[in-house]
Parts: sequence; C-alpha cells; structure tokens
Amino acid sequence: MTESVLINLSNAILFLPVLGFVVTLLLGKKIKSIYLFEVFILTIVLLASIVLAFGKLSYFPDDKITAEFEWFRLTDTFAIKLGFLIDNITVLMLFVVALISGLVHYFSIAYMKGDERYNRYFAYLGLFTFSMNGIVLTHSIIMMYMFWELVGLSSYLLIGFWFEKKSAADAGKKAFLVNRIGDTGMLIGILILYLTYHTFSFDQIFASISAGVLPFNSDFWLSVTGVLLFMGAIGKSAQFPLHVWLPDAMEGPTPVSALIHAATMVAAGVYLTIRIFGLLTADAMMFIAIIGMLSAFIPATIALTQNDIKKVLAYSTVSQLGYMVMALGVGAYKFAFFHLVTHAFFKACLFLGSGSVIHAMHHEQDIRNMGGLRKKMPLTYATFLISSLAVSGIPLTSGFLSKDGILASTFAFGSLTGYWIFAVVGLLVAMLTAFYMFRLVVITFHGEPRDHHKFEHAHESPFVMTMPLTVLAILSIFIFYTPNPVSAEQGWFLTKWIDSPEVHTPNSTRFDFMQSNIVEQASLSGHGEIMYSEQYTEAMHSAHYPAMFLSLFFAVLGILTAFTFYQWKKVNVDKLVASVKPLYNFSLNKWFFDEFYQKTFVAGLFGLSKIMYWFDSKIVDGIVNGSATVTHALSIFMGGFDKYVVDGLVNFMAYLSGFFGLLFRRVQTGKVQTYIVLVIFSIIIFFFFL
Amino acid sequence: MNNFPILTFLTFLPILGMVIVLMLPKKQELSIKITTLLITGIQIILSIFLLMGYNFSAGGINDPSSFQFVEKFRWIDITGFAWIGKIKIDYFLGVDGLSTPLVLLTAIVVFIATISSWSIDKSVKGYFAMFLLLDTGMMGTFVALDFFLFYIFWELMLLPMYFLIGIWGGPRREYAAIKFFLYTLFGSIFILLVMIGLYFSSMETLADGTRVFTFNMLEMMNPANYTANGILSPLNPNNLRLIAYIALFAGFAIKIPMFPFHTWLPDAHVEAPTAISVILAGVLLKMGTYGILRVCYPVFPEITYQLAWWIALFGMINIIYGALTAMAQKDFKKLIAYSSVSHMGFVLLGMAGLNTIGISGAILQMFNHGTITAMLFLIVGVIYDRAHIRDLDAFGGLGKQMPIYTGFVTVAFFAAIGLPGLSGFISEALVFLGGFGSDTTRIFAVISTLGILLGATYMLWTMQRVYLGSLNEKWKELKDLTAREYFMLVPLTVIVIFLGVYPSPMLDLMNASVNAMVKFITDAQGVYSAFNSF
Amino acid sequence: MEVGLNHFLVVSTLLFSMGIYAIVTRKNAILVLMGIELILNSANINFIAFSRFGNFGLQGHLIALFVIVLAAAEAAIALAIVLNIYKTLSTVNIDEIDNLKD
Repeated sequence: MTESVLINLSNAILFLPVLGFVVTLLLGKKIKSIYLFEVFILTIVLLASIVLAFGKLSYFPDDKITAEFEWFRLTDTFAIKLGFLIDNITVLMLFVVALISGLVHYFSIAYMKGDERYNRYFAYLGLFTFSMNGIVLTHSIIMMYMFWELVGLSSYLLIGFWFEKKSAADAGKKAFLVNRIGDTGMLIGILILYLTYHTFSFDQIFASISAGVLPFNSDFWLSVTGVLLFMGAIGKSAQFPLHVWLPDAMEGPTPVSALIHAATMVAAGVYLTIRIFGLLTADAMMFIAIIGMLSAFIPATIALTQNDIKKVLAYSTVSQLGYMVMALGVGAYKFAFFHLVTHAFFKACLFLGSGSVIHAMHHEQDIRNMGGLRKKMPLTYATFLISSLAVSGIPLTSGFLSKDGILASTFAFGSLTGYWIFAVVGLLVAMLTAFYMFRLVVITFHGEPRDHHKFEHAHESPFVMTMPLTVLAILSIFIFYTPNPVSAEQGWFLTKWIDSPEVHTPNSTRFDFMQSNIVEQASLSGHGEIMYSEQYTEAMHSAHYPAMFLSLFFAVLGILTAFTFYQWKKVNVDKLVASVKPLYNFSLNKWFFDEFYQKTFVAGLFGLSKIMYWFDSKIVDGIVNGSATVTHALSIFMGGFDKYVVDGLVNFMAYLSGFFGLLFRRVQTGKVQTYIVLVIFSIIIFFFFL
Repeated sequence: MNNFPILTFLTFLPILGMVIVLMLPKKQELSIKITTLLITGIQIILSIFLLMGYNFSAGGINDPSSFQFVEKFRWIDITGFAWIGKIKIDYFLGVDGLSTPLVLLTAIVVFIATISSWSIDKSVKGYFAMFLLLDTGMMGTFVALDFFLFYIFWELMLLPMYFLIGIWGGPRREYAAIKFFLYTLFGSIFILLVMIGLYFSSMETLADGTRVFTFNMLEMMNPANYTANGILSPLNPNNLRLIAYIALFAGFAIKIPMFPFHTWLPDAHVEAPTAISVILAGVLLKMGTYGILRVCYPVFPEITYQLAWWIALFGMINIIYGALTAMAQKDFKKLIAYSSVSHMGFVLLGMAGLNTIGISGAILQMFNHGTITAMLFLIVGVIYDRAHIRDLDAFGGLGKQMPIYTGFVTVAFFAAIGLPGLSGFISEALVFLGGFGSDTTRIFAVISTLGILLGATYMLWTMQRVYLGSLNEKWKELKDLTAREYFMLVPLTVIVIFLGVYPSPMLDLMNASVNAMVKFITDAQGVYSAFNSF
Repeated sequence: MEVGLNHFLVVSTLLFSMGIYAIVTRKNAILVLMGIELILNSANINFIAFSRFGNFGLQGHLIALFVIVLAAAEAAIALAIVLNIYKTLSTVNIDEIDNLKD
C-alpha cells in the first residue's frame, strides 16, 4: 500500500461516477436497464472507498497525502491547480458518502420503479456522487467552490426531478438560489484569500497565516474572511437564516432526500467549516456558534408541529446540522465531525425508513393518515426506532456519544468563557428532538390505523429497500465507534482516526482555551496543531458526566412526554394546542420565514427589477427616442426655415425686383418721343446742377 | 504555407461568396444556401489552419514583429497633394492572442448562423449576399491593424446588418434597424474623429527616412512617434488625449453595449431573425470590447490607468442593471438580450482590472459569451419556429414534451449562470479574481458578485416558466429537435463543456498577448509620465 | 454789322430747337424725320461755322459733307421704313406704332 495507490483509488472514486452519469444519461432512452451500470459503478466506488479508508487509516494514519496538477496557468505566479488532500477526515467522509450513496442506489431500484425517467434519475445520482466526492477530496478552496456549485446543480435537478409538479420545480429553484446567496459570500471570501495568499490550497494558506500574513494585515479581516467562507456553509447546510430551502427540498424523491438533504450534501457545509477551521478566529467562531445555536433551536420548535413525515425529518436535519455548526463554533472540532458521521447514518436511515413508509402507503406523507404500521412493517419500524433513539441521544447508540460530546463541549465552553447560552439551548434542543422524533414514531407506527384503506394495502418493503435500512440502523450502534458505550473519548474514532484540529490564527485572535504552545514550530513547519489548554481539558472532563446525565434526562423527558401525549393519551393534545394557539400557529407556519422573505426580499427584488425596466424603457430609452424625436422636430423646423426663410428671402428679392420693374415699366412707353423728352430734361437738369 | 495570405482569404472569401451568390439565379435557393455554407465552412477550416500555424509564445499588441500571419503593403499612396502632404495607408493585417480567439469565434458563430439561416424564405439571394458581406466586415475588423482599414471594416459591417434586420426582421424591424444603424453610426463618428486626430499626431518613419503621418495602430502605440504639437500627442502640453479617449471609448461602448448606450440591443435582438441575433450577440458585441482592448488600451495607456475606476464602475452597472432588467422581461428574446448586457459587463470589469488575470478573463468571457449566447438565441429560435410566440408566460412544461431540447437548454442556462464545469464559470471567476486583485476596482468586483446571484435568479425563473411545471395543452404538438437544430447546438455544447473542463488551450492562445499587454500598459506609465513633466 | 460766329450759332441753335420741337411734338413720322433733318443741318452749320472761324482746316467741311451723305442715306432708309410701316399698319402716327413695347 503506497501513497500512489491511495491517489489512484481517489481518482477512481471521483471519476467513476462521471462515467456512470454520462453513460446512463446518454443511453437512458435506448437501454432500459442501463441504470444497473450506474448501480454497479457505485458498488465499485463503495468498495474502493472502503479500501481507501482501510489503507489510509491503517498504513498512513498520521499523514496528509496531497496530489495536484496544474489546470491552467496565466502568469508565473497565477496558476489554478486541482488536487487531492487525503487525510483521515477525507477518507471517513468519502466512505460515508459512498456508503450512503450506494445504499440509496439500491433503495431507489425498488422505490423509483415505474418512473418514466427512471434511468435519468440514476444518472443524476451519479452526477451528485461525483460532485460530492469532489468536495470531500479537494485540497483547495476554489476546487471546493466548483464542486460546491455542482452539488447545487445535482440537488436542483433531483429536487425538481418531478418537475411537472409546480411545487417541485419551485423547490428546486429555491434551493439553488438560496444556496447561491451563501455562495456569493463564499466567493468573496475566496477572493480575499487569493488576494492575500496568492494560492487556493488550504495547506499553503494555513502556512501563510502561521507565518503571520493576514488579509489586509488585520485580525478583523481574517475574521471577516472566515465568516464569508462560512456563508457558503450557511447556504449549503441550511443554517439560519438561509434554512428555508431544505424543508421545501423534500419535494424530491425520498431516497434523494436521504442522500442529499440529510446525510451528505447538507453536511458539506459542516465539512467546509471543518476544512477552514484553521483560519477561524475567536470572533468568527462566536459568529458560527450563534448561527449554529439559532439553527439548532428554531427548526426544532418548528418540527414539533409538522404533520408531513418528511418535513419533520427535514427540520430535524436542520436542527442537527445546527448542532454540528454550534459544536465547531465552541471549538469541539472532533465532536462536530463525529456527529456529522453518526448523523449521516441515522438520518439517512430515518429518511429511507420514511421512504419505505411512503412507498407502502402509496405516496401518502401526512402522518395523520398513518398509524399502527409497526405490525405491517416490522423491519422498517425496528430500524426507524433505532435511528430515532440515536437522534434523541439514548445510550448505546452512536447519536448518544456524539451528542453528549457536543453538549459537554458547550458546558466546557460555558464554564471557560461565561457563555452558557449554548449549553442551555443544546439541552433544550435535545429535549425537543426527543419529543418530536417520538411523536413521529408513535403517530406513524403505534396506535390504530387512521386510514384503513391505505393501511390494508400497506406491506413491508422488498429486500433492496430493507437491506439499506438494516445496514444504516446497525451503523447507528455505538460499537462501531468506541468500545465504551457512555463515552467516545477513548474510542478509536476520536483517538485514532480524527486528529486534533490545526489552528493557524495568531494567538491573540484565539479563544484563551485554544492557545497553541508550539508557536515556533508551527511557524516553521506550517502545521500548528492546537493544544487545548489544561483548563479546557479539565473543564471537558468535569462537564462530561453532568452533560451526559442532563442530556439523558432531557431526552428521556422528551420521549416520555411524546408517549404521554400520543401513545397513552394522558393529556388532551388538542386542548393543549388550543390553549397555546398563537405559539402553535407560529411553529406550524415555520415562524413565517417564507412569508417574510417573500414579502421583503423576493417582492423587493421583483419590484426593483420592474423599476429598473421602467427606468430602462422610459428614461434611458426615452432619452434615446426623445433625442430622435428632438432631432426629427429640429429637422422639420430646419426644413421650414429653409423653405420659408432662406428660400423666402430669395423669392422676396425676386418679388422686389419684379415690383420695381412694374414700377419702372410705366416709363418704358415705347414712345421715342417720351424718351427724348426725358433725355432732354435730364440733360437740362444735369447741366443745371453742373 | 508561410506565404499563403491566410488572413486575406479569411476576410475576403465571403466577398467572393457574395459575388457567386449574386450571380446565381434567384430561383436556385438551395445552391445559394449551399454556397454560403461552403464558404463559411472553408472559413472554419482556414481558422483551424491558422491555429495550427500559430505561435503561442508571440505576444503581439504593440510589437509588429511578433504579430503573426502579417500581410502588409502600401494600399493608398498619395505623394505631395497640395497642403495635405503625403498620404500613405497600409493594407495591414495580422493576428495576435487578442484577435485569434475572436477570429475563431467569428468563424464558428457564422457557420452556425448559416445553418440557422436555412429556414429563411424571403428573398434568399439578397439575404445571403448581405450575410456574407457582414461576415467580411466582422472578420476584417478583427484582423486589421491599420486604423483606417479597421474603420472601413467597422463601417462595412453596419450596412448589411441594417438590411438584415430591416428587411428580414420582425414586425417593428424598421424602427429597430434604424435605431441600430443610427446609434452605431453615432459611435463611429467619435471613432472617426479620434482616428483623424491620431493621424495628424503620429508619424512613422519610412524606409527612406522620411517621416509621414500614419494610420498604423502599432506606430500610434509608440510614444516616440508623436509629433511635438499634434493635438493628441503626449508631447503637446495642451493635448486632448483624455477627451479623445472618452470619445473613442464611447464609440466602442455603444457596440458593447455599455449602459447607458444599450437600448438599441433589445430592440435589435427582438426584431432580428434568429441567425442574425446569433451573430449580433455572438460576434458584434465583441467588436466593442475588442476595439477598446486593441485601440484604447495600448494607444492611450496612461489614460486607461486614469479611467480604470470608471470602466469598472460601468462594468458593474452593466452586470447588475442588465440582470435586474432581464428579470422583468416577458419576452424570451429580450430577456436573453438583457442577459447579454449583464454578461458583457463582466468583460468590462475584467478589463478594468488591468492585470493578466482580469484581461484573460475578459477575453475568455468574450469568447464564452459568444458561444453561450449563440446557444441561448438558437434555443429561443427553436421554440419560436414552432410556437411563433416568445412570451415566457405562455409556455410551461416543455421539459416533458421536448426532453432533448430541454437538455440543451439546461446546459446553456447553467453555462450562462456560471456553473463550474461549463465555460462561463472560468471566465467569470477570472474576471472576479482580476477585478478583485486591483485596488481600483476591488469594490466593484465585490458588488458584482451579486450579478451571479441575480443571473441565476432570472435564468432559473425562465427555466421554470418555460420548461418546468405541467405541460400547457396548447403545445402538445411541438416536436423535439430536428437534425438541423442538433447540428447547430451540439458543436456549441461541446465547446462550452470542453472549455469548462479544460480551458488551457484557449488561455494559452491569448496568454502571451495578455502578458505583453499588461507589461506594455504598466511600462508605459513611466514613459508617459516623463512626457507630462515637460 | 459783320456776321460773326455767334450769328451762325444762334441760327443753328434755332434750327436745332425747331428740329427737337418737331421730333417731340409731331405725330407724323415724316415730320419727325424732317425734324431730324433740321437737327442734322443745324449740326452742319456748326461744323462749317467752327471750321470757318476756328483754325481747323478743312475738317469741318469734310464732316459736313459726310453728314449730308449720311442724312441722304438715312432719309432714304427711314422713308423706306416708314413706307413699310404704313403698308403693314396703315398709319404713320408714331404713337400707335408701339408693337415693340410688349
């Protein structure tokens, strides 16, 4: 196992899906079963990613492997290079993407059966896998931006896959445009980075920052750069205030929601933040933490009241992504990535489970029409339950470990900086999560069927659908990450696989607990591994058990409440809802974000564009046409002048001479005698005056 | 091969074709069309030969010896005629990295426009004669290195365009044609004035040592060639170079078209037949920016520095304003026309950066915009040929009815949005990097990033209104692409994807010249500031 | 009393005035012609008188002879014209002969 093998494997993982995409798209009309080619390719990609992860983690656990080639060059200093950066995070993320993508391919074989654009669907999945792998493998921010846009495209195509439905077409457009808002910020961030460091490669940028080169020579602009880059993550990871696209994106086919809008693409924002973690200052991290906190809290409150099974899961996704972002903001780098991985599995499982339910119920998504499904679909129920426990943070699941780690970090952060708000919100969200997840489980799978007709026809899904569910549910169990079911700290995932983050920002701009004590070496090697301060380690240690028990307490409280409300019906939910009607409506209507944006930004934009067009056609073009009219009028005037004044003068002269001619003509009698008289008198007068 | 006057052939082959077309009987429409197709096909082959013989390391710009395929001989030679003195005008053709991409673009776009013109059925003979004359005008503008010759080609292209819009256009064709003609002519007057001013300010030394006034652009770029008291001479303390620059710039800006001179464009596009729209957007608009890069920049380098801020400002206005206005359109073609305004703003912004990245981005954007907009207009043409309306709100759901067509639409739209992997991205990214890299234009680059957001908004909104949603029953009969339409769209799609994935060939083609240009403008600062201290 | 230059001049002036009077007042073309003859003869008298009293040699006589010849020729042509006018217009009243006016 050498580095070049790893690089070749990465190449295969990246480019095979392109082959699948092109072949499936072009031959889709001719060969009905071409989708199998795409599925086959994804199987190979999955195997390759397993080999890659295995090879990297066991043979080069501490190395960063980079490879790059020059894409094009303009001057001696400016060349855009594309390349790979393969570290442990890369291979783990690649494995997650490839695994979920592969499972979704299998799942879709049954789920999408009978769709008229069946092959095209698989082609798009191939395009998505390619773009996502590109994001994961890249070594440079510009290449990440490129693949970032490409996942945006595949997301657009897949959300709007059933584009005949207006809502689907709308949702696709909305997703793309809302993402573009974030991307615009990210682009500006990239521009600042390039201007300052003349490179796009993460490693070289970090090395320069370690060497003390800052954008516009100021800490402030370094923070701004971090925030601008993070804007990309706000868009892609559906963070507040750009979270509005993700619930709408549920218009896409359910396996797509599982793959793109739960497990992988939306996690790309978190992945980006992990990649740029080295340049985040304390101010930028604070901003990120606040955004993450809001994104964890707001959607959790919305999820409480939603009745569409996928919408609940979508808001849950936003909330969990908020958790990860908040974790990064409070410096819990490892736990953020850990939660990304565990969340990818259990949320994909939940979505595919909901897909299984929707499939069984003939595309019914409203949970008020479901109920009692656990008898009909035992396997789906079991996997759904395990994942729900995981997302709620119940021990023995992977979710418990990662969530507990994040909460402990917020506790430590609170005790060291005094900002306890993150810990409080984290606990609150943990409770809300447990509640709405079990509300979903209870209403969907427990109790009596509400729509008997559909219930009668419901059936357990075929093997290609249950197999992915089973795999994902199994991966939601703690044992894959650590041998100790209550703490992941000593497990291989956090000790062997994920390195401590490298932070390169100047010490003065960091949180006190993230000071590096090897600054000299850092500036020499360009690698500044952070040392959390001793206080932080202690705080983490002492926060571990309180956080664990508190989170467990709140999670159980949430679950029990859900059971009390919906299973045992001890509380009349309708009455309760009626008593807090305004709050309920506020949550049901998603805090009116869509309406607000529609009324302000969208309406404002269209208004502005109408004004601009009016300006263009009336003022600018008006001036052009006006000047034409003026010229025309002037030419008519000049014509008149020419005709009446200039020509008139000439004619007047003629008239005048004619007039005098007439006058003098009287003298010309033709009578010689008269002339002679005149001559004589003239001569006499002449002589007289002489 | 070295002595083969390839540029002359490229330029005047269409005139030969025009003569043939004019000699053919009126009834023989098919042979007229085939003649035109052959001529434009040969043009493509010639331009490929041009590329094969091209030396990628030669800079051009101001150095006559590094221009390639140069053809130069005395064209007008009047000796000692009264007070005018000697008039010596050269027939001077040559290409460098600035013009070669555009020669290539012209050859490709004209060829595709010929195929698109197949459906013309009104006085075919006249149409193709005019079409070929237009071809000569455009090609000549891009290869002429003598200002006088340049101006002649520039004006030559006006006349056929006037007739092509005015006779074969839509319902308001006469208004549009006159507007186009007068507007461009108005710009030409400025160019003419500055040309004459430059002529009487710069002299070249002949082989026998005598010095005569010159129209040679390359001689005008050398500050040593200016007379002491010429009106546009940097040696003259009262020189009018700033005003001349603005006038010349305005003359070219009308063609780009730059805000606020852009209003002829939507009208001309809406009325012009599809093929002419394709040429108009694909090639003609580039002549404006090409003129600025070819003449304004190297002849007035010190003023260029002075006014870079303004150029970037107008670039930004074009980008944002064009995009916002495009959003309000109901006519598909008008929307694409305004999107052109927006995209040409990127060219201006990149140029204003005055660095290699920005100018490379600008030239690449010229080429990419040529191919992408050509595609967009062809796409509108496809739908207009079938439905005979272009109202955006009248369609819906065509994606189901015409899936292959919609596939091409998706590629073109996303290329226009600037999706990575398609050519538009590279040029826009370079423009942003270049614009951001210069202190003068940084703020405009930042604001212009809004343009990519707005661009996505109107494009996707159009996509949704026309191609997505449920199918309007009225259009159930629409057929998918014909073989001829395939033949137009496939090459462009290939170019768009190829340059998006692998832009190196095109960038290498222009690289030496762009570097030469940047070096020349930077170095010129010292030279010109020495003059100003007189 | 010796007859001097002044006497000749007075006679010729009287003749001239009578000639003018005849030209201006007579309506008959023949009489107008006779007036012209009177003027010519008054001029002849002047020529002869100045030739006799001035120191001019024979020049005055010569010119007087010329004038007489011319007068004869003129009378012949003029009478012929008048005759023709009379033939075509049946009148010799010069007030009526104004066809050239238009």
